[in-house]
Amino acid sequence: MSVYVNKDTKVIVQGITGGTARFHTKQMLEYGTKIVGGVTPKKGGSEVEGVPVFNTVQEAVEQTGATASVIYVPAPFAADAIFEAVDAGLDLAICITEHIPVMDMVKVKRYMEGKKTRLIGPNCPGVITADESKIGIMPGYIHKKGHIGVVSRSGTLTYEAVHQLSEAGYGQTTAVGIGGDPVNGTNFIDVLSAFNEDPETEAVIMIGEIGGTAEEEAAEWVKANMTKPVVGFIGGATAPPGKRMGHAGAIISGGKGTADEKIRVMNECGIQVAETPAVMGETMIKVLEENGLKEKCKTH
Amino acid sequence: MNIHEYQGKDILRSYGVNVPNGHVAYTVDEAVEAAEKLGTSVTVVKAQIHAGGRGKAGGVKVAKSLEEVRTYADEILGKTLVTHQTGPEGKEVKRLLIEEGCDIKKEYYVGVVLDRATSRVVMMASEEGGTEIEEVAEATPEKIFKEVIDPVVGLSGYQARRLAFNINIPDELIGKAVKFMSSLYNAFVEKDCSIAEINPLVTTGDGEVLALDAKLNFDDNALFRQKDVQELRDLDEEDEKEIQASKYDLSYISLDGNIGCMVNGAGLAMSTMDIIKHYGGDPANFLDVGGGATAEKVTEAFKIILSDSNVKGIFVNIFGGIMKCDVIAEGVVEATKQVDLKIPLVVRLEGTNVDLGKEILNESGLNITSADSMADGAEKIVSMVN
Repeated sequence: MSVYVNKDTKVIVQGITGGTARFHTKQMLEYGTKIVGGVTPKKGGSEVEGVPVFNTVQEAVEQTGATASVIYVPAPFAADAIFEAVDAGLDLAICITEHIPVMDMVKVKRYMEGKKTRLIGPNCPGVITADESKIGIMPGYIHKKGHIGVVSRSGTLTYEAVHQLSEAGYGQTTAVGIGGDPVNGTNFIDVLSAFNEDPETEAVIMIGEIGGTAEEEAAEWVKANMTKPVVGFIGGATAPPGKRMGHAGAIISGGKGTADEKIRVMNECGIQVAETPAVMGETMIKVLEENGLKEKCKTH
Repeated sequence: MNIHEYQGKDILRSYGVNVPNGHVAYTVDEAVEAAEKLGTSVTVVKAQIHAGGRGKAGGVKVAKSLEEVRTYADEILGKTLVTHQTGPEGKEVKRLLIEEGCDIKKEYYVGVVLDRATSRVVMMASEEGGTEIEEVAEATPEKIFKEVIDPVVGLSGYQARRLAFNINIPDELIGKAVKFMSSLYNAFVEKDCSIAEINPLVTTGDGEVLALDAKLNFDDNALFRQKDVQELRDLDEEDEKEIQASKYDLSYISLDGNIGCMVNGAGLAMSTMDIIKHYGGDPANFLDVGGGATAEKVTEAFKIILSDSNVKGIFVNIFGGIMKCDVIAEGVVEATKQVDLKIPLVVRLEGTNVDLGKEILNESGLNITSADSMADGAEKIVSMVN
């Protein structure tokens, strides 16, 4: 088992004829992801990496039976691409695109209320279930199949955590990048809740960063609901206030969103937080041991 | 992106938000001319810099004659203002706003921001005008009122009225306050603002509701569709290194330390700063080279890092996912040669083709220290610099 995606998930690529999308379509196919179609307006009837291209998402879904979409459409048109995915009735839309105007995302969130589609991202690396399906831009080879769930606001920090876990012999179920924007489709709590219900996942690492209060809310949720151990890390302890640290959402404003406050609340809620990014894996292994899960989670 | 107060007021005026009349002035003569044009008995001379706290720093003066306008303009132009938002080095004043004075009855606060928790725009208002809203939130949170706005409907009339009543705007001015708030919301949404703060909003003796100050910030991601806002950018107000970095699509932020950092990915870049601090060092910058770190980008990044004279060493921390480590290593070697690097350089590579990457670094004959992990690299650069 896993969360959100597995080996049977049929995926279409929105914006498939762009350079980045072409490159990653190839990578995803090589990983074994079931990429069944692509969408680029006016390019319908052509092919990319042997995958048929359609003019509209609706057509692609009707012809291929896809249930998920990955979006590489440039920022000015990305909100429209999400609307199209939602209206085509997809279960899952994963938006890789960064730099989407925040007012567009406010509208997207409002539009999605009451609709069945789950949006992951934007500005995220995507979702990967090790050895089954890679939907996004992450390097596939660092992921090993196992029992640790990974959820993160940052791409490269996810790779770092996954790499540390895999090197130490602890595989993962699914790694979900929720993205670095202030308004996103899926939050920590959504993913933690999915991992809580996934029988294969034994423990979860959540990787946050400065800005907003999503980590604090997630920590409270963990305290009240989570039956599995959770380990954390927060990036940006040394970031100055008022400066956006690369991600649109990574900003301390009005004294809110500091790493110290997030770590304090997480600790209070029973989440052990890795002191440095170099010991995310170690911290997880220590917590697994404390919970008698070390043997069970050692996969290779 | 930030703009000046006078530019913000121009935008607000075009949306029907009531603001005092005023003109920008770059010289003392222009200031006097502007005051003449206004023709009011009282004129306010306001320093235009991208930072708050100008009044306390002596950047806002009330003039009762044209001579006083001249005196104050002469005093403020060219002066370096140090406020709690400028840092100790302060900001030189190059522009003034010459504005008509008004008979203030009471000061209020109105602000529009994105509320991340609800993914909606929120309008906040308070009776405690003129004070920083963070201070009000800390001391008397019950005095801040909020309305969460549905993007489909916009700020509805009753919400604006409720805010106005809650902050005790006099009954006879409720109508004007509602118009003010709805115009402010429209400006926020249509111009893709990230913050629109009116502090203070004032009621006047002649029954007006006015924005005495205006702070507008804009969503950088939306500037592509806000060409007129882009033109308001004042490069004098920005860090030179940050301007240079933006030209090469590098995300760079200047800090006070002496260890330059070059990293791929925002989260990893932040964490690299953290781990340097953890081992007793001080990062000189945040720098995310992004996913496609080409030799050209790495070279530019090095140049920007080195243009900071405080930098005594550089730590390169790359997790090569899709990006191959050998390509990055070649970029680093090329850049090191081009900029003729004289200070210690520690490189930590991980990911695809990592061994090949390390080999390239080792065989380059250059003084590059290779690190096996992020922790190892941070420890090494800290010990080399201290």
